[in-house]
Amino acid sequence: MNVRNARRTLWNVVALVLFVVMIFPVFWMISTAFKADNQINALTPTWFPLRPTLSHFGAAIHKPFFWNDVENSVIVVSVTVAVAMTLAFLAAVALAKYRFTGRKLFIVLMIGVQMLPGAGLIIPLYVVLARYHQVNVLSGVIITYLTFALPFSVWTLRGFILGIPKDLEEAAMVDGSSRLGAFVKILLPLVAPGLVATSVFAFITSWNEYIFARTLLNDQSRQTITVWLSYFLGTSRHTDWGALMAASTLTAIPVVIFFLLVQRRIAFGLTAGAVRG
Amino acid sequence: MGTILGYPIYSLVRLSLQRYGLFELVQHKGHYIGLHNFGLVLHDSVFWHTLLRTVVFTIANVGLTMVLGTLLALLLVRLSAWVRILLTAGLVLVWSMPQVVAVQVWNWITNYQNGVLNYALTELHVGNYFQHNWYGTTFSQLSLVTALIVWGALPFVAITVYAALSQVPRELVEAAEIDGARSVRLFFDVTLPFLRPVLLILTSLSILWDFGVFTQPFLLIGQPHIGPGNYLMGVYLYEEGYLKTDFGRGAAISILMLVIVAAMSVVYVRRMVRIGDAE
Repeated sequence: MNVRNARRTLWNVVALVLFVVMIFPVFWMISTAFKADNQINALTPTWFPLRPTLSHFGAAIHKPFFWNDVENSVIVVSVTVAVAMTLAFLAAVALAKYRFTGRKLFIVLMIGVQMLPGAGLIIPLYVVLARYHQVNVLSGVIITYLTFALPFSVWTLRGFILGIPKDLEEAAMVDGSSRLGAFVKILLPLVAPGLVATSVFAFITSWNEYIFARTLLNDQSRQTITVWLSYFLGTSRHTDWGALMAASTLTAIPVVIFFLLVQRRIAFGLTAGAVRG
Repeated sequence: MGTILGYPIYSLVRLSLQRYGLFELVQHKGHYIGLHNFGLVLHDSVFWHTLLRTVVFTIANVGLTMVLGTLLALLLVRLSAWVRILLTAGLVLVWSMPQVVAVQVWNWITNYQNGVLNYALTELHVGNYFQHNWYGTTFSQLSLVTALIVWGALPFVAITVYAALSQVPRELVEAAEIDGARSVRLFFDVTLPFLRPVLLILTSLSILWDFGVFTQPFLLIGQPHIGPGNYLMGVYLYEEGYLKTDFGRGAAISILMLVIVAAMSVVYVRRMVRIGDAE
């Protein structure tokens, strides 16, 4: 075996060790979720469930407010995504196609909001939303998420629209389409991949969001699933680790599925948007 | 739409100049008190200690994330295809974990009674970690938070740097290899200049995220154990402004925080823009 191959084998081994270390927490979550209680609480841990059980999943979903808060999350996420996509698409078209005063300020503002740490905004958002009786209701959280989903969506969609040759749109208009017709027939299909990517991004960020949901929603029946999960540990001395890991797995599943679908685009969007600045 | 984005900032500034507590929240009206809130915060030793702690924490987190992420990307290039696909898949899986879920899993792994971390460290003869309490000291708490954050941030950095590595012209690398350049020099002289724009963006993004971090320290340390002794800026703001319903002072803290973040990232943003111009 020559030196080059030996070196590659060495790197492969290093990578496999790193792979095991990196995914261990995820593996441990799933493994624990299926283990029986006596196996979980044993002082000597075992790697795999000996007699896999679904009882922890049952315990998790029958805990108070689980379905309630899943429903809240679904409502918040779907309204946020639907409204954000509609508004962002129109704003992106306006930004990319038409010149208007304040266009530059608008772009700067949009990047600026992205850069603020979320924690810095809980106070003004709470006070403003309280003034309009939007605290402890889902609509307040939706408004909040929109202020974060919109800038990213507009920015990404603008990139997609700029990539479309103007001739295409003009050709459609020459063929007798109205401006709106050209818009629907030509622009929309070409921007569709961008719409999918940004809506998944909006879905993931609003499903995962924690600090605003926690500060804006107080009643247990009105919280989102991440807040529900964060209260799981509670104050009791005995923790039901099996049920906690089952609930964690359930919370992660929708995100993981969508994430795997568009991972490449998200990685690209985050940096490409910044570079294109 | 401009108002949606600008309004929180405007009301933040206005709040910071008012006395605004629970009473004022019900009345929907604050009392203008000038810069009094800023005076209170700047004369509070907790603020300065928290700031120092957060800066050290941010440097440690960003440093570890960037160095380990870049090393991971360089490793990815050197692997056989199937190992690379496997490792990338693992990274993407870790990347997709929601923060709150990750925190709960880490809670379970580092649990003092029967957490698998104590068991593994003891079995590997690193020392006697039987029933070791990882949440005993501030340093230990924040080290765990650092480990959690770096673990979660590594995939994004590694995969992005890996993508940038594929932009480095092969001829350049091969020419340097023929000239006999060793791999360390090869990295610093040939590869790094190509990576610089991406590394700058990633570093400034990491600074923004880590300086204002809230979810991981707040949930991993756990609210009962949170206090002025282990505050980070995000947690400090939540506890002092929101929980104590002192919104005016909270707004002043927010503004100071935003100014510091802006100051820290302005160097990077400006360099970024300059690089963009030059290309």
